[in-house]
Amino acid sequence: MKAFATLLDRLSFEPARNAKLRLIATYLATEPDPDRGYGLAALTGSLKFRHATPKLVRVLLRERVDPVLFNLSHEFVGDLSETVALLWPEPAERGSPPSLSEVVATLETTSRAAFPAQLTLWLDALDRVGRWALLKLITGSLRIGVSARLAKTALAQVGDRDVGDIEEIWHGLTPPFTALFAWLENQGPALTSVNPAPFRPPMLAHPFLDRDAAALDPTEFSAEWKWDGIRVHAVSGQCGNEPCVARLYSRTGEDVSAAFPDLMASITTDRFGAATLDGELLVVRDNVVESFGVLQQRLNRKTVSTKMVAEYPIHLRAYDLLAEGGEDLRPLPFTARRARLEAFVTRLADPRISISPIVPFADWDDLARIRADPEAAGAGINAPAIEGLMLKRRDAAYVSGRPRGPWFKWKRDPFNIDAVMMYAQRGSGKRSSLYSDFTFGVWHAGSDGDALIPVGKSYFGFTDEELGQLDRYVRENTASKFGPVREVVANADQGLVLEIAFEGLNRSKRHKSGVAMRFPRISRIRWDKPSIEADRLDTLTAMLDQKRTAATATPITQARP
Amino acid sequence: MTRTSDLLTLTPAGLYCPPGDFHIDATRGVARNLVTHAHSDHARGGHQTVMATEETLDIMELRLGPAFCRLRQIVRYGEQITLGDVRVSFHPAGHILGSAQIVIERDGFRVVVSGDFKRAADPTCAPFEVVTCDAYVTEATFGLPVFAFPDPDAELAKLLGSLALFAERTHVVGAYALGKAQRVMRMLAVAGYDRPVWYHEAIAPLADYYARRGIDLGDIRPVVDASPKALAGEIVIATPGALKNGWAEQFPDPLIATASGWMNVRARARQVGVQLPLVISDHADWPALCATAKDVGAGELWVTHGETEALVHWATLEGINARPLDIIGYGDEDAEPIMEDAA
Repeated sequence: MKAFATLLDRLSFEPARNAKLRLIATYLATEPDPDRGYGLAALTGSLKFRHATPKLVRVLLRERVDPVLFNLSHEFVGDLSETVALLWPEPAERGSPPSLSEVVATLETTSRAAFPAQLTLWLDALDRVGRWALLKLITGSLRIGVSARLAKTALAQVGDRDVGDIEEIWHGLTPPFTALFAWLENQGPALTSVNPAPFRPPMLAHPFLDRDAAALDPTEFSAEWKWDGIRVHAVSGQCGNEPCVARLYSRTGEDVSAAFPDLMASITTDRFGAATLDGELLVVRDNVVESFGVLQQRLNRKTVSTKMVAEYPIHLRAYDLLAEGGEDLRPLPFTARRARLEAFVTRLADPRISISPIVPFADWDDLARIRADPEAAGAGINAPAIEGLMLKRRDAAYVSGRPRGPWFKWKRDPFNIDAVMMYAQRGSGKRSSLYSDFTFGVWHAGSDGDALIPVGKSYFGFTDEELGQLDRYVRENTASKFGPVREVVANADQGLVLEIAFEGLNRSKRHKSGVAMRFPRISRIRWDKPSIEADRLDTLTAMLDQKRTAATATPITQARP
Repeated sequence: MTRTSDLLTLTPAGLYCPPGDFHIDATRGVARNLVTHAHSDHARGGHQTVMATEETLDIMELRLGPAFCRLRQIVRYGEQITLGDVRVSFHPAGHILGSAQIVIERDGFRVVVSGDFKRAADPTCAPFEVVTCDAYVTEATFGLPVFAFPDPDAELAKLLGSLALFAERTHVVGAYALGKAQRVMRMLAVAGYDRPVWYHEAIAPLADYYARRGIDLGDIRPVVDASPKALAGEIVIATPGALKNGWAEQFPDPLIATASGWMNVRARARQVGVQLPLVISDHADWPALCATAKDVGAGELWVTHGETEALVHWATLEGINARPLDIIGYGDEDAEPIMEDAA
């Protein structure tokens, strides 16, 4: 357990991909079987056992630590596993810590009733890093910035192989992967099982900058909408005589098939055959593309109810065709792939799968006008679900990763208003212990004259240095405290103005102000601006009316159950 | 009968002793200021008379210039001084070189002001001395039970282990220019690290001063004496301010470490982009804060700065009469300024 805990600890602080690879590869090359196999399983999300709930962990600690001290500590640290790992009282004498294999094997067999006692034994036997790693492992996701793909890449390095070789055989292997390690270290026979629906990393775009507009020839590019959903690859393989194997992969290669049985039915048909579609997951109701907020209801689920499927009908908007009938189309130029895609989607005639239309344009100025007003440029009522434009070179092959040159994304300009900071709360994760979550408001005429009314909350947009300044400002200008929340002095004479950028605005019955911002962030801190000069609610409602003149889509907040 | 508030009150400049007519660690200019230690948030300029240990006064001069006050008075550890109606003495606080607790006594009633202190071993300064008292004024920079610091030598071993795995990367260690930087240098020498340790210019005057006071910091060299590329695989000590300004980018594939008590909490390490957090603190951790409050035997506890709420709660449960002071101007980031420029 110690080597695994040390690995997680280092990985959780290491942002650089190559350094992460070295850390993982070193672990996989030096830890003995079967521990390293279970470590690999943990990193690739392949461990299946009953997870301890945060509630149980909290209960165990509350038996040992004063509740006030626990709450203050939790508020400061942010993360529950870390708080418990740090607060767990050190036993007078430490037993021998369990190995990772022992932990995994025990978790698979321990009864629910015996689990708290087992967990206590382990926590007493481990040091603080070990406790933290154990709690991360058993309370669910590790959240250390390592994708399954990255772990497999490190594994490939151990055996001096290509990661594609690993992906091909990954399907069907189970922890602790002893045969896999034997093969990679030339100690055992080659593994040959072929993944019929492998993940091929998607092609990504760079932001489109002014200098790109000056340097590039618009006639060499094709434009289409950038839909505000979830990028996926829908992969189906081995159809025909064999049963279909189909998978839906997120852009990082996570298999999200289980959450979308409705779409899986569409990609396991004979007509779909053995093909790979690149597209965007959206919720579409009555031909209207819903906003990201609606789609969110269907994300991060291991299973999905029939009610959920009916209420949030999923749709795939196709961007590209990477393989068809077993043929790899990725080397073809975009125009050729696009022709194959159009034919393919037409032949499917599936209401769940549609093509993302090409947006014609004359030159970059014309495209800028289209970007500024997608509604008028053909997107119609679906404009709120459009994040901007994608530009693709007509002659470019499909290249995994983010190659410079062939693809660009050109997002819509955000809206801006000046608001006044009203409340601050300590953040979580990276921001815990600092006041970093801010509720802000604008002026509105109330019964007792002008008053601030909250219109949104944001916890990012500023630099770490600005965060330090904001935190100090909150501490020195606190009007009152309610648990973790501080009310900040905010009136006509005193208050901090924050310039807020946001992507969209919806009517909201849940909010007193009647509006809800999408993706609000603090774009500037206006230390210079008097609070009385911040914007008024009328300014926001005017934006709402302007945006909605032609739209009839349901506002997202009303669509929530 | 003397009460604590007879000997110590709070003014806008900080802690003040009316019968002795002096401030302690005043945050703005006063007539007579007694300084616990030379960190910039406690040792400011602009006072008439400053009374402190010789090391503290020397370091204040190094940092603030020779004209930092009108009159200096050197106090030796343990020396008894009469100021007005009270007797005052300075005792080692174990925080940094020259750091002191200040004891105020009248009619057998004794108040101890801890300044910043630690109980853990530090090869660069005199160890903390327990002075029993009636009222104890403590810091609480790390006043939460999550701050139970690991063995500093084990933390240093993490640095050496990383150097073995990433032998081509410059390991840049953020450390406060006064105290922490010299402690890390001394710890490396004691651990038998036999390569030169490189340092950022801002650390030079203080490293020289520690060496002049007879503290062997090993083979240390200024970074300007080498080309950045030549420092692949070496240890470089830098100020937190330099790290924040991207100074480390000049080195080959720099790996950023930082030695600070804040590194005990992951979020704090991530906030400043640290890849290798080293929990090496010059402050008392929670167990030491609690143990010290008991060791001095005081019935009354004042908490000057830091995470005051938890310590006050703990003391109350222990039957100690406790109150937070929350003095603005010390503490939080300033005490171990991971978010601020080192002076």
